[in-house]
Amino acid sequence: MDILPILSTLRRHKVTAFLVILEIALTCAIVCNAVFLISQRLERMQMFSGVAEHELIQIQAVSIGKQNDAAARAQEDLIRLRQIPGVTGAALVNQVPFTNSSWNTSVKLGPNQKQATLNATQYFGENLLQTFGTRLVAGRYFNADEYLDFEAVQRDQKLQAKVGVIVITQALGERLWPGQSALGKTIYLGETSVRVIGVVAGLIRPALFNGDASAQWSMAFPLRMNVSNANRYVLRAAPNDRDRVIAGAVAALRKADPHRVIIEKKTLDEIRSGFFQNDRAMAGLLVGVCIALLVVTALGIVGLGSFWVAQRRRQIGVRRALGATRRNILNYFQTENFLLATIGIALGMVLAYGINLFLMLHYELPRLPAVYFPIGAIVLWLIGQVAVLGPAMRAAAVPPVVATRSV
Amino acid sequence: MFSYYLELALRSLKRSPGLTALMVLAIGFGVAASMTTWSVFRAVSGDPIPWKSSKLFVPQIDMWGPKGRGPDSADNEPPNAMDYTDAMALMHAHRAKLQSAMYQISPSVVPADASKHPINVSGHAVYGEFFPMLDVPFLYGSGWNADDDTQRAAVAVISGKLNDKLFGGVNSVGRTLSIEGKDYRVVGVLGHWNPQPRFYDVVNTGGFSIGVEDVFVPFERAIAMGMPNDGNTNCSEIPSESGFVGLQRSSCIWIAYMAQLDDAAAVSGYRSWLDGYAKDQQTAGRFGWAPNNRLRDVPAFLDQQKVVPSDTKVSLLVALGLLIVCLVNTAGLLLAKFLRRSSEIGVRRALGAPRLAIYAQFLTEAGMIGLAGGVLGLLLTGVGVASVSWVLPKDIASLARLDFSLLTLTLLVAVVATTLAGLYPTFRASRVQPAWQLKSN
Repeated sequence: MDILPILSTLRRHKVTAFLVILEIALTCAIVCNAVFLISQRLERMQMFSGVAEHELIQIQAVSIGKQNDAAARAQEDLIRLRQIPGVTGAALVNQVPFTNSSWNTSVKLGPNQKQATLNATQYFGENLLQTFGTRLVAGRYFNADEYLDFEAVQRDQKLQAKVGVIVITQALGERLWPGQSALGKTIYLGETSVRVIGVVAGLIRPALFNGDASAQWSMAFPLRMNVSNANRYVLRAAPNDRDRVIAGAVAALRKADPHRVIIEKKTLDEIRSGFFQNDRAMAGLLVGVCIALLVVTALGIVGLGSFWVAQRRRQIGVRRALGATRRNILNYFQTENFLLATIGIALGMVLAYGINLFLMLHYELPRLPAVYFPIGAIVLWLIGQVAVLGPAMRAAAVPPVVATRSV
Repeated sequence: MFSYYLELALRSLKRSPGLTALMVLAIGFGVAASMTTWSVFRAVSGDPIPWKSSKLFVPQIDMWGPKGRGPDSADNEPPNAMDYTDAMALMHAHRAKLQSAMYQISPSVVPADASKHPINVSGHAVYGEFFPMLDVPFLYGSGWNADDDTQRAAVAVISGKLNDKLFGGVNSVGRTLSIEGKDYRVVGVLGHWNPQPRFYDVVNTGGFSIGVEDVFVPFERAIAMGMPNDGNTNCSEIPSESGFVGLQRSSCIWIAYMAQLDDAAAVSGYRSWLDGYAKDQQTAGRFGWAPNNRLRDVPAFLDQQKVVPSDTKVSLLVALGLLIVCLVNTAGLLLAKFLRRSSEIGVRRALGAPRLAIYAQFLTEAGMIGLAGGVLGLLLTGVGVASVSWVLPKDIASLARLDFSLLTLTLLVAVVATTLAGLYPTFRASRVQPAWQLKSN
C-alpha cells in the first residue's frame, strides 16, 4: 500500500487529522495511566494477610459495667465457644487484621539506642497465632507456661521483664536484621527486652496507618487477655460452618452473660472486603472512565471516518473506475487510520510518561512499568481498526459509476 | 434573527442525524463522567464547616520527642493527638476563646423500658464549649456550661436519632437516661448534625464515619466514671501503670483537641503560649527536647492528615481527561461538518451576509449540540451519582449528591465547551472566500 498519497491527502485536512491524532494520544496516555492505577488497586486488594482468612470469625462483645471476675469470665467464654460444634479454635485477642483499631509500639535494637528503629504492631491473646492459622517458618509458638496475664503485667512493672519472648513475622525479621535469621535475637521495647523464639510467614497489621510498606511488621506476645481489656473473640471453623458457628457463638456468649452487647459478628472475609472497599470503588470508577474513554474515541473515529468517506465519494469513484479494487479502497482507509493511530500512539506514550511523572511527583505513585506502553499501543491500534472498518466498508461499496456523476 | 439560525441549525442537524447523535453522545459521556467524579471529589474534600474552619485550630504538642518517632517521619511532625497530661494543661490554661479536649466513647445505654436490651451507642466525651465552638445545631435544649464541666455533672446531650429511639422523639430535656449503669439528665437534643469529614476527631474516624454521634457527656465526668477510650491509642512506650488510669498517666495519645482563635493576633498569641508551655516542660525535665509544636487550622490539618484520599484527586484528573477527549472529539466532528458546508457559506456570503452572521449561525448550531449534550450529560450524571452508591463505600457515597449547583455547572460546562470547540471550525468556515467557493461548484 502506498503511503505517500495518503499523506498528501492528510496534508489537506491538517486540522481534522491533528484532532484525531490528539484524541488518540490523550486516550492512550490516560488509559495507560488509569489501567496502571487500577492494577495498583487490584494488587493492594490481594494483600497477603498470613492468616486463615476463610476460616476466621470475629465476634466483638462487651459487658456492661465493671467486671470483677474478668479473667474467669474470659476463660468460661472460651470454653463455651470451643464447645460449639465445628469450632476448631477460639481466642480472646486485642486486635484483628483489617479492622481500624490497633496497638502499636516503637521497636529498638539496643538498650541505649536513641531513636526507635521502627514502629510495629502488638498482638496479644492466648493461642492467638494457632487460632489465626499463621504459618510458622522457624522456631516455635509459645508454650502454655509462658503466658502471663496482660492485666497483671500492666499493673506490675517488674512482671514486664518476665514476658521475655515474642514471635515476629518474617518481614519484620528481615527488616530488623537483613540477611540474618531473627531467631534468638533480642529487641527492646521501652525498658524491656524480648527474645524472638518464633518466626511466622506473615501476619498483617490491623490498620495500615503507617502505609503499606510496613503492613507486615507485627509481633505476637505471650499475654492472656480478659474481658475487661479485650472484647474481640476470634473463632476458627470450616468455611461452610461459619454462619452456623456465628449464631451458636452469639447464643453462647449471651448465655454466659445476658447483659452483654454484641457489637459485631463478621467473618474475616467480610471484614477484609470492607477494609478494601475504597480500593474496589476506585478501581470500579476508573474502569468505567476507561471504557467511556475508549468508546468515545472509537465513536470519534467512526464519525470522522464516515465524514471523510462521504467527502471523497467522487475521488473513490474515480479510483474504482480507474481499476482500483474494493480491497484497495478498504486498505486505503485502514492504512490511513493506522498512520493516524501510530502518530497518536507515539505522542500518547510521551504524554503517558509525562502524566506518570506528574502523578509520581504529586501523589506518590510508582513508575509506570514499560509493559503498559506496548499494550496501550496494541489496544488503540485495534480500536482504531475496528472503528474505521464500518466507514471503510462503506467506502469500498462506492460504485465506480459515481465518478461519472457530477455533484 | 436568532430563531432563523435556530431553524437553520435544526435543519442542518437533521441532515446528518447519526453524526449529531454521536456528538451529543460524546459530550454527554464526557460531562457525565467528569461531573460524577467531581461530585464525589467535592463531597470528600468539602469543608465541613466552611464559615468557621479558618478559625478552628488543632494544636499539636511534641510529648514524645525525636525518640518516640519512627525513622519514617523525616519531617519532625509531632504526634497528631494528645496525651491526657497535656490536654488537661491546655484545658486549664484556657487560652483560646473556646476549646475542648475530646475522646471517643462507646457506652451502653439502657432504654427507659427495662425489658429492652441495652444498646451500644457511640459518642464523645467533650467540654461544654464544644457545642458553641462547632456551631452544633440543637433541636431541644442546649449544651452544658462550665460549671457542669468542673462539677462533673451527670448531664448528656443526645442525638435526635437516639431521642427518637428512647423518648419517641418528644422534647426529652430534663428527662433521665441510664449510661453505663448511671443516670444522666438530658440537657440537649441535637438536630441533624453529621459533618463529613468528621473534622473534630480525624484521628479516630479516619475522617469519615457512617455512624451518627449519639451521645455526648462532660469530659471530666467520663474520666471520673472510667469510661474507656473507644478510639485509637498510640504509645511510644508501654504505660507503666495498668488500665484507664494508667493510660491517663502515660504519654500515650488518645485525645483530640480543638480551639477557636478568631484573628491572627489570637493565633500568634496561642502559638507563643504553646511554645512557652513546651519550654516550661523542657525546663521541668519532662521533655528532653526543644519545643516542637504545630497549630494548624482545620483545612490545613485535614490536608496534613491526608483525609481526602489522593486517589479521588487522581480519578478526578482522569475524568477531566475524558472531558477533554470528548471535546477534542466534538471539535473534530464539528470541524468536518462545518467545512463541508463551505458552499452554503459561499452562497450566504455572496448574498451579503457579514462574517458576524456566519459566526452567529454556526455558534448557534454548536451551542445547540452543546445543550443537547448537556441535557444528556445531566441525565447520565444523575445515573452516575445514583450508581456511585454501589461502587463507593457507603460513607462517601451518601455524601455525593446531585444538587442544583452541580446541575447548572453540568449544563454550563457542556454549552461553553462545545461553543469553544465550535469556535475554530466557525472561524475557518467564515473565512471561506465566497467567489472561490461559488466558482468551484
